[in-house]
Amino acid sequence: MNFFMQLLVNGICVGFLYGISAMGFVMIFKSSSVLNFAHGELIAIGAFLFLVLVTWAQLPIALSFFITLAGCFALGFIVERLFLRPLIGEPLIFVIMLTVGLAAMFKGLILLIFGGNLHTYPRFLPASLGIDYGPVNIPPVYVATLIIGITFLVLFGLFFKYSSQGIYMRSVADNQRAALSLGVHVRRVFALSWAIAALVAGMSGIVLGIINGINVHDLSSIGLKVFPVVILGGLDSIGGAIIGGIIIGLLETFTGGYISPSLRDVVPYIVLVFILMVKPYGLFGLVEIERV
Amino acid sequence: MKKLRFHPCGNFRDHYKQELAIFETDFGRLMLWIGIGLLFAAVPTLSSPYTLYVVNTVGITSIAAIGLNILVGYTGQISLGHGAFFGVGAYAAAILATSANVPFLIAVPAAGLITAMVGMIFGIPSGRLKGLYLTIATLAGQFIIEYTIIHWESLTMGTRGITLPEASLLGIRVRGDLGFFYVIFILLIAMTWIAVNIMRTRYGRAFIAIRDNDRAAEGMGIPIFQYKLLSFGISSFYAGIAGAIWAYYMISVTAEPFNLMLSVEYIAMIIIGGLGNIPGAILGATFITLLNELLRWFTGILINTNLFAGLGLNMAPLREFVFGLTIVLFILFEPRGLAEIWRILRSSFRLWPFSY
Repeated sequence: MNFFMQLLVNGICVGFLYGISAMGFVMIFKSSSVLNFAHGELIAIGAFLFLVLVTWAQLPIALSFFITLAGCFALGFIVERLFLRPLIGEPLIFVIMLTVGLAAMFKGLILLIFGGNLHTYPRFLPASLGIDYGPVNIPPVYVATLIIGITFLVLFGLFFKYSSQGIYMRSVADNQRAALSLGVHVRRVFALSWAIAALVAGMSGIVLGIINGINVHDLSSIGLKVFPVVILGGLDSIGGAIIGGIIIGLLETFTGGYISPSLRDVVPYIVLVFILMVKPYGLFGLVEIERV
Repeated sequence: MKKLRFHPCGNFRDHYKQELAIFETDFGRLMLWIGIGLLFAAVPTLSSPYTLYVVNTVGITSIAAIGLNILVGYTGQISLGHGAFFGVGAYAAAILATSANVPFLIAVPAAGLITAMVGMIFGIPSGRLKGLYLTIATLAGQFIIEYTIIHWESLTMGTRGITLPEASLLGIRVRGDLGFFYVIFILLIAMTWIAVNIMRTRYGRAFIAIRDNDRAAEGMGIPIFQYKLLSFGISSFYAGIAGAIWAYYMISVTAEPFNLMLSVEYIAMIIIGGLGNIPGAILGATFITLLNELLRWFTGILINTNLFAGLGLNMAPLREFVFGLTIVLFILFEPRGLAEIWRILRSSFRLWPFSY
């Protein structure tokens, strides 16, 4: 029973991380329907930017956290401006391959500068943050993650619901042409959604870096694990991303704990194929029925 | 004697047959024969085994890239699992040759058929999915195949890999780079010929119709699910043949090369070469293979000059960066690929001095 409880808690923690990583991905897809294969690399860029600011520049934690987020925001804006904007209206394969090319570029650059080794942040979280309750044992990093993640969820919920830019973004996601004809600056919305998505990616990069240490290969493989998560939750649902992430996380830890550790990494993809066959728009996705 | 055809001074086609013609002029056909003749005459005189190895790699990747172009470029179904299918072909040939003692001449087409079957299984989601959902499904296929190859140890020997026996063709042993050069390039010519001609039949036209508008295609009576499966089958057949030859050429197979990066490389080849263009697939395969070798050579030099050795930098990531940059630049500036550049070059020669 203890083993079960520990697996359950671990699964929820890992899954929450997946969910947070998937949030930025969903945001890009929702507003501009671009499938972003470079998401893992955006996450890695955030993690490494934070590393540089904290260990090399020796800035205080809070300041470097905000500088990292601002840097990622700018990066997302630039990426959209330089690479994605010329491709608006082009066939799907070019957009997909462009993000794949970007992923290779970013990964190469990061490897060139930092190498493929594991880097770690200095410890800065107070140990009192951890929860130790009988058989359940949650380390402080996960608690911090939970706090950061929920804060961001609430902030984005408020942003999309009440701010004018958030409402523009929702309108573009809902119907691009109608939004355009009502005077919404669609290109600005695209740029903004890339910037926000990169910001969220950077935030999740920092969180992942605190928990597992930073390694380009691990972080970019998280970018691929986002696919089962978002398909399960529905490609265009931010809440669905979190719930999909938790389900995938639980599935992974339970497979790893009870069946075989090697099956752990492939189980999400097997589930992915079944979901695609049975319910392609996921649990919370917008259903556009088109049988082919 | 047949009347020779030359370039007309305008578009005077009044027959569908003329639209279907592979060669616009008889001169083009002659040039192709001369080119093939030169290839077979010139390459054997290259003494360096490294050059021959590069040429052979170009040939093998071209076969697989043509297959992917049938699926992506002509049928419009984006697949991120082609590298895994290539691996299935390699493993099928290796297993047939070692545990069943199947000779080379049968093992290669059999590997192609097995891969075609696997490809059709992973093409089943295309019955309900299209566009990016199908892309994600093939991505999952890539991971599932990779996992199966590594963990089905009784069949694939896991991470230890399989060593193949020597290939022999009708009693003649295929040995060394030169022996494989003849096999690979005769096969490449045959496979190119088949692919070009498939596209001129009703099957090819159905593929193109599905790519351009699947609903209209269904409305015109094309059973699109069967045709999509067929396209998956043909494309993985090409990948399987290429993989089988590759396995024999490399003598031993392990699971490592058949990762997502290989699939991405194949898609890059057909985008850089030109989607929906069979000579383009060969151009793209040549381009990517040469780029890989060039970058390997370049990083080798950088490491040897000691300029960067003191910094402890690993230059291998440079390859990844340049590879990504090439894809991005081609998509942004010439999405129709090398085939289009080649066409512009040719027509500007033809139209000289009035080319624009």
